Amino acid sequence: MFGHGLLQGLIVTARNFIRSYFDPERLTTVQYPEERVKLPENSRSFPFLVYDGAPDNLRCVACKICEQECPPQCIYIEVERDPKTGKPVRRPRVFDIDYSVCMQCQICAEVCPFDAIKMDQVYELAGTNRFGGMLHNKSALLKSNEYYHQIHPTEADEVDAHLSQSRKKMPGATALSTGPKPPNV
Amino acid sequence: MIQPLTTTGSGYELMPKEGAIETQTLEVSMGPHHPSTHGVFRMDVVLDGEEVTRLKPVFGYLHRNHEQLAEQMNWLGSIPFTDRLDYFCSMSNNWAYCHAVEQLAGIKVAERAEYIRVIMAELTRLINHSCLAGFLLSDAGAWGTPLLYAFREREKILDLFEAASGARMMCNYMRFGGVRADVDDDWLAAARKVVGNYPAFLDELEALITGNEILLARTQHIGILPRELAINASITGPMLRASGVDYDIRKVDRYGIYDRFDFRVPLGEVGDVYDRYYVRMLEMRESVKILQQALCDIPEGPFDAGVKMRNFKVPAGDGYGRIEAPKGELGFYLVSEGGTRPYRYHVRAPSFINLTILENMCLGHKVADAMVILGSVDIVLGEVDR
Repeated sequence: MFGHGLLQGLIVTARNFIRSYFDPERLTTVQYPEERVKLPENSRSFPFLVYDGAPDNLRCVACKICEQECPPQCIYIEVERDPKTGKPVRRPRVFDIDYSVCMQCQICAEVCPFDAIKMDQVYELAGTNRFGGMLHNKSALLKSNEYYHQIHPTEADEVDAHLSQSRKKMPGATALSTGPKPPNV
Repeated sequence: MIQPLTTTGSGYELMPKEGAIETQTLEVSMGPHHPSTHGVFRMDVVLDGEEVTRLKPVFGYLHRNHEQLAEQMNWLGSIPFTDRLDYFCSMSNNWAYCHAVEQLAGIKVAERAEYIRVIMAELTRLINHSCLAGFLLSDAGAWGTPLLYAFREREKILDLFEAASGARMMCNYMRFGGVRADVDDDWLAAARKVVGNYPAFLDELEALITGNEILLARTQHIGILPRELAINASITGPMLRASGVDYDIRKVDRYGIYDRFDFRVPLGEVGDVYDRYYVRMLEMRESVKILQQALCDIPEGPFDAGVKMRNFKVPAGDGYGRIEAPKGELGFYLVSEGGTRPYRYHVRAPSFINLTILENMCLGHKVADAMVILGSVDIVLGEVDR
């Protein structure tokens, strides 16, 4: 019969429409921003820097591996120098990530040998300044290990176990001194 | 000579007689922002009335130097960029690139990773084909209804991708020799649930659109692609199979572990838009079969081959790796000099090559059919332009 297929399609639509009043499974959207979907643990957005305890005690040693490996080249690092001797110390003086360039690929977090850079889960980052408004400097990027535990609990536990093991191997040494020397700049 | 129209006397005519008016063809530049063009794509069409007499696809608006970028970057750095080729099927793109590099470097892929890859690639195929059905109907004028049905299911699969890889679309999940992160039992259970519910969704989608008389009228015997032309123009994927050519790289190459699964390759007979639509529908049912087998058989074990990603080097030589992406044969031709970056990196993008015969399919059809034919080619401009 001509029109049978059309009617059948309309029946499907009607069934979905009516059932959406009775079956909560059929409501597929949420009322953002009042309601929010819980992000899966693995979910990632932008990178941030992890510190242990106080913000001065950051894990990054300015080895610049992430800067080299970053595919869109959105990371900029300068090594801090000792004001008296002028020699480089193992900390970044400048650590900038341009979130407008970053493509959230998490290769920086993957290649970091010190577990210093990890992926955040923030997503409401819209701004009005397109020139440098998304440029995050070191203080904006620093977040505590506790925060890291909050967003990626399983991964953070693994990292902590791994770090404490490498600290045990070198008695008396901290995680900061287990890595290779930073390249000369 | 134009006859004057008069409203008096017996010579009254509403329309002038055939040949009484001088006519000419009309050249229309459709795009680059026509809503049905799936992105920034332009068609220069020459119309005789409503009939297409010439058609020239114009692309390049989304060109972003993908191949040159990859040649400036180390081997690992290209993987997130392959996500952005065909942004609907990032998992397949990852796999194609990793497959090419693995062939060149002679890396053996971990057993569990092979299964995870098959699962991800087939889930991608489900996303792509069900959304294609929606987009095709949007092109035909059905607006969003079928598309939103497809997007509802796509959402569930994207949630799976997010739980496994961290991102919904730009997954960046596969690595040389394996995958980046393992999937746990909860994930597998969730995937089994999604896959188990998928046939019911396909039934619903088919009840919604397949029998629809308007769809049949708009797609049957429209844009016929003859078998010979399809082969000569090196068309691949569901488009080629809709023309009746039994060529599926999963069967021909049996890359990965596709030789372990029992599935069939659906073929079309006429090669029109309807066949292209329906072949994809049938392919999804085969994908569900593969998924069920893979999710059942997935072994325990390491999920990567322990390849060090930093300073990863590939021995000198050249190689071509290809897989059956949802849109067709996706291949990467790579030349290595033995260093940390490729010397030459070329993408054989299926939607780019499938687009080259658009004119042949559209000639003689109405301009509204040209949109439907374009929709049935299944292009993603990120892959066409690169």
